[in-house]
Amino acid sequence: MGRLRTGGYHTAMIGVSLLWLGPIIWVVVLSTRTFDDIATNGVGSLPHSFTLDTYVQAWTDGGQLQALINSLLVTVPAVLLSLGLAAMTAFALSRFRIPGRRTILLLMLAGNLLPPQIVLIPVSKFSELTGLYDTLWALIAVQVGFGLGFYTFVLHGFMRDLPNEIQEAATIDGAGVGQIFTRVILPLTRPALAALGALSFTWIFNDLLWAITVIRTEGTMPVTPALLGLQGQFVSSWSVIAAGTVIAAVPTVAVFLGFQRHFISGLAIGAVK
Amino acid sequence: MTTVISTNSTARRRRSFRPSPLLLTFVLVPFAIESIWVFWPAIQGVFFSFTRWDGLSAPVPVGFDNYVELAGDPVFRGALGNSVLWLVLFGGLSILGGFGMALALQRERRGVGVYRAALFLPVVFSMVVTALVWRVFYQPDGLVDQVLTAVGLEHLIRPWLADPETALYAVIIPALWRQIGYIMVLYLAGLKAVDPAVHEAAKVDGANNWQRLWHVTIPQLKGVNAVILSVIVIDSLRSFDIVWALTRGGPYHSSELLSTYMYSAAFQSLRLGYGSAIAVVIFLLALAVIIGYLVRAFREES
Repeated sequence: MGRLRTGGYHTAMIGVSLLWLGPIIWVVVLSTRTFDDIATNGVGSLPHSFTLDTYVQAWTDGGQLQALINSLLVTVPAVLLSLGLAAMTAFALSRFRIPGRRTILLLMLAGNLLPPQIVLIPVSKFSELTGLYDTLWALIAVQVGFGLGFYTFVLHGFMRDLPNEIQEAATIDGAGVGQIFTRVILPLTRPALAALGALSFTWIFNDLLWAITVIRTEGTMPVTPALLGLQGQFVSSWSVIAAGTVIAAVPTVAVFLGFQRHFISGLAIGAVK
Repeated sequence: MTTVISTNSTARRRRSFRPSPLLLTFVLVPFAIESIWVFWPAIQGVFFSFTRWDGLSAPVPVGFDNYVELAGDPVFRGALGNSVLWLVLFGGLSILGGFGMALALQRERRGVGVYRAALFLPVVFSMVVTALVWRVFYQPDGLVDQVLTAVGLEHLIRPWLADPETALYAVIIPALWRQIGYIMVLYLAGLKAVDPAVHEAAKVDGANNWQRLWHVTIPQLKGVNAVILSVIVIDSLRSFDIVWALTRGGPYHSSELLSTYMYSAAFQSLRLGYGSAIAVVIFLLALAVIIGYLVRAFREES
């Protein structure tokens, strides 16, 4: 491997990386430009000004703060609930010879693979019927129901491979099913839970389709539909829209940076399993 | 393949295993939740596709009318064609790009972590965020036009998202920008599992880089490829956010996908029966893939 080749490799990869990072950097810079600057010099120009008022506008006038709170109020409980429930099922199905366990597991996975379009209309009607429509509860319920299958499948694969001796030892020591679950298996499943947790956080937080199907009122909207609304509200105020975009992206980027290792292994679970 | 672990060790006790009430709850509660929000609605969805329904009054059974209408609906045909094009372009290019990047960034060397992170960062964004980032670029005085002007191609400039000729492609590019990093991660995981000893042996036998890639690496990625292909097909059929955020299927349905058409038919035109019929078509297309996926998962389980 000559020095020239190494140089060529890095030049090419730096180029590719810039192609990927460029748009992000551009939008962050755009979010700090003033309205006048953009009106005079165009959205495509280099910045001639610096302001953070755009964030204040998106935050308060644009309702991004409320939307961010709504998103977190949906995402955090939905992640905890779906992982908790999935872990229970995965535990029962992987560690005990429950009749029909394989069928149940695959049926649950199949439910997760369904295109959401087929259930969109019935779910929106059902949430109206139960009075959940236009509340964050509806969104939490949908996200839990729709995520369970995949999380159960992945956790099942992980729990199945845990050594049996630990569980046997706990049984001999007199631990019941509940204790084996909470004290033995769950702690050993932590890496998989962390990976799925990071992954499902971004999935649920980033969702648009369910949000616009079961939520109607602007003040109840999570971040993704609110961002689309911001676009209608601040038609050509590109810096305010850019600021809203940055606000909507920060939580998932934070989760990614905080859980980078788990996050990537979570994505890879699908490929190797 | 690992064997299924059981707390009961003898075959006789296995056959007579009766799950405790707690274990039954562990299985039944989540299963019930999924049934309420997924299985039952899916069955209802099929039922609604045989009705005419405005969402307010009761659904009126109309037999196969919706499907007959779909067959003659040019917008539906266009959406079907666009969905196929989307699958081929979005799916094909993200697999090629992701695999290429995974090969380039496979070996641990200086700087590789930074490049990987750069390609991967957009994966954590929502499609809506991605869409808005790119919307700025497609603006009349945005970066795309500026670059074209700078290289002397200003005659190509057009309203990228508002021109029926270019709208669909203008939507695919940001979708790819986000997807390639994701596919790359899947391939990086797959490449890690490729046996280096076989590579060495092929090298000793005088195989060049291309031959090793073609005859050693790719055959060993069969499992990963199958998963990625399923993921891509299912994702393509589901794709909605990016199109909705950029064009809502327009102009003149030029970037309409089955998913966006279903949504607007159901929730904007309030033709819930017709929308359900489109959903059933999407479902049937996905079903073939799902069955393939499950057969694979089933084999692994046993």
